[in-house]
Amino acid sequence: MDPIIILQAGVATGTVLLFATIGEIFAERAGVLNLGVEGMMLMGAMSAFSVANSTGNAWLGVLVGMLVAGLLSQLHAFIVIQLQADQVVSGLALTFVGTGLSLVLGEGLSKAGAGALLPRFSLPGLAAIPFLGPIFFTNQSVMVYLGYLLAPAAWYYIYHTRPGMNLRAIGEYPAAADSMGVNIYRLRYFYVFVGGMLAGLAGATISLAVSPGWFSELTTGGQGWIAVGLVIFAQWNPLRAMFGAYAFGALRRLILDIQGPALLFGASNIFKTHQSLTYFLEMLPYAFTVIILVIGSREAVRNRLGAPAALGVPYVRGERGR
Amino acid sequence: MHKGSFLRWSGMLALLALLLSACGGTAPATGGATAAPAAPTAASAAEPTAAVPAAATAAPAELTAAAPAAATAAPATEGNFQIPAVADGKFNVAMILLGPHDDGGWSQAHYEGLQYLEKNMPDAHVAYVENVPEGADSEQVIRSLARKGFNLIFTTSFGYMDPTAAVAEEFPDITFIHVSGYKTNNANFGNLFGAMESMKYLAGMLAGARAKQDSNPKLGYMATFPIPEELRLGNAFALGMRKTCPECTLDVRWINTWHDPVKEKEGAASLFDAGAQVVFTGADTPASADVAQEKGRWGITYDWSGSCKVERCLTAPYWNWGPIYTKIAQDVKAGTYKPGFDYFDANSGGLGLYGFMEGQTPTKGVAELPAEVLQQVKDTLAKMQKGDFTRFDVFAGPIKDNTGKEIVPAGAKLEQADLDQFDSKTGCKYCMYWWAEGINAELPKLN
Repeated sequence: MDPIIILQAGVATGTVLLFATIGEIFAERAGVLNLGVEGMMLMGAMSAFSVANSTGNAWLGVLVGMLVAGLLSQLHAFIVIQLQADQVVSGLALTFVGTGLSLVLGEGLSKAGAGALLPRFSLPGLAAIPFLGPIFFTNQSVMVYLGYLLAPAAWYYIYHTRPGMNLRAIGEYPAAADSMGVNIYRLRYFYVFVGGMLAGLAGATISLAVSPGWFSELTTGGQGWIAVGLVIFAQWNPLRAMFGAYAFGALRRLILDIQGPALLFGASNIFKTHQSLTYFLEMLPYAFTVIILVIGSREAVRNRLGAPAALGVPYVRGERGR
Repeated sequence: MHKGSFLRWSGMLALLALLLSACGGTAPATGGATAAPAAPTAASAAEPTAAVPAAATAAPAELTAAAPAAATAAPATEGNFQIPAVADGKFNVAMILLGPHDDGGWSQAHYEGLQYLEKNMPDAHVAYVENVPEGADSEQVIRSLARKGFNLIFTTSFGYMDPTAAVAEEFPDITFIHVSGYKTNNANFGNLFGAMESMKYLAGMLAGARAKQDSNPKLGYMATFPIPEELRLGNAFALGMRKTCPECTLDVRWINTWHDPVKEKEGAASLFDAGAQVVFTGADTPASADVAQEKGRWGITYDWSGSCKVERCLTAPYWNWGPIYTKIAQDVKAGTYKPGFDYFDANSGGLGLYGFMEGQTPTKGVAELPAEVLQQVKDTLAKMQKGDFTRFDVFAGPIKDNTGKEIVPAGAKLEQADLDQFDSKTGCKYCMYWWAEGINAELPKLN
């Protein structure tokens, strides 16, 4: 059990969670809760893999995967922004629509072996840094490096640019933003679309880089839900999302590698002698998600964590309050 | 609150229409696979295991082109599953599958066995239901198939055992064959399995020779659940491995699933990264070979003859269910089949080792091995096919376990009860509660 290998694999699988989480952060910052991440990821993964396989161009696959998931998100946007329906119900429905559609459209795709994939490479120079080099910069997919760029960029955008301030404003106090001349409806549509595109990117990262192929709903295996939980854990901050995403990615691998050594910290390795304990480890990310969502559903806690004040509230122009 | 409520209502209606169209869209038109999004529940949202049944697809299939009864009858549904109809005047055979019928492994091998049956038994009508989760869901599906009037029902995963037993009690006129379990009622509920340990033993010989040739004496076993079958197959592999490479060792990873392509890849990567030169799998998909390709090592796939495709795949111990299923169906129809413990050896034709069966050539990784190893494998396989070398010869003493204790003394052999039981209280003498010499793993805890 080599911690470097576990963390290296964790960064790779965690990149999937990172993209999905950042996408959801954008949507929720704009005041729209979208629980359809899992469905959008599946659509993204399926269409990306399908296009990459038939055209032989993995980048085209990524692009189409992002667009398809983005378009799917607009269904949710229309229902909750235009029609002001309940965001939780519509988001859940979007998950099932996305899952069902991807299974129907992806029928037979599981037989297609992995074709065109995204490149993976080491970064010369950086890879030589002790400890960090092998984890972050050695033999990683191009998507992993994109993740390193995207998270700080998203953070800078949200906190240090004018459009980012507008984004935060429409999630905190849309009426005030509206009176300042910000087009609430248009921006909410836009950020839900961005969230969908990033969920699609997360799906494409699975099917074209991390574990190539289309394996029906097992492709994502509930990672979209973990991303929804991670948003609260990250307190709607893309940089904090990096920690959570990589930690959960590493946990997936730790469950397997921890079964190897006979001794753990000088004592007999209980994960080797009691195999059923690995079930406990497997449960942790999902248990964490449940706990975080329960805690995060309390108004007082949400305020303290910094939840966008208008999250989940439809904006009706001219109505009183927010 | 002016136009708000009207918009809300029309929004809900639009959503409903969308859901309904997603539910029913393709079902009647193709008769093939259709996705049935289940009712959203908060629990399934957070639980990965629950999400699988919730989103599972049900794909009833009419394999026969001419099925007049099926064409007119509306398909019945059971939860998320569409239950196929029987054909009048035919001998109706149904099968339930754990994964999709084209999973490239376990389920596909059964599916092709069913196709073989259809081709070789002209008066048979066959149908299957795929993606059926083990447990309560499977019991509903099996019962619905029985109600439809199928004459013979194959249930093809370990976890279908108790559900099959329960339904068999309710339908004494229907024959139920459960694959890979350990129960029977000796009347209409039978157990069926084969001596895959013989093929794993041969695969172990090849893998050991390969590791020795590459001067890396570490191998890996991706095991599913701690049940006797997985210990038996791992031990058989290790015994073969030690025949050609006495210094080789075998690492084990439990992945707690039969079918999860993503997890299987992670498990294989974990073994390769820990230094394994060859990894073989107890799970359904060819992940071991796919990851070997990526890592520049070797993988051994399982279950299906077509699973060993990539260059870095050495071989595949596989199932050839067709002749077995056809024989059972014919005997059940004739009234001569006695359901019980039906355990076939290599001489039945139900087992295969990819690269060594008629019409196959060894893979590149195997062809490079020393000629005497290949000859040894071929000779042993020939003996197995003649019935001169059975599963009991694989487990012939002297056998030592990985703590150095002698399990089977020289001159003794394991018996059937020893092959599929853990606990001596259930009547086995030596039992399958040991890891063979060279396996780096601990025994599962018994309750």
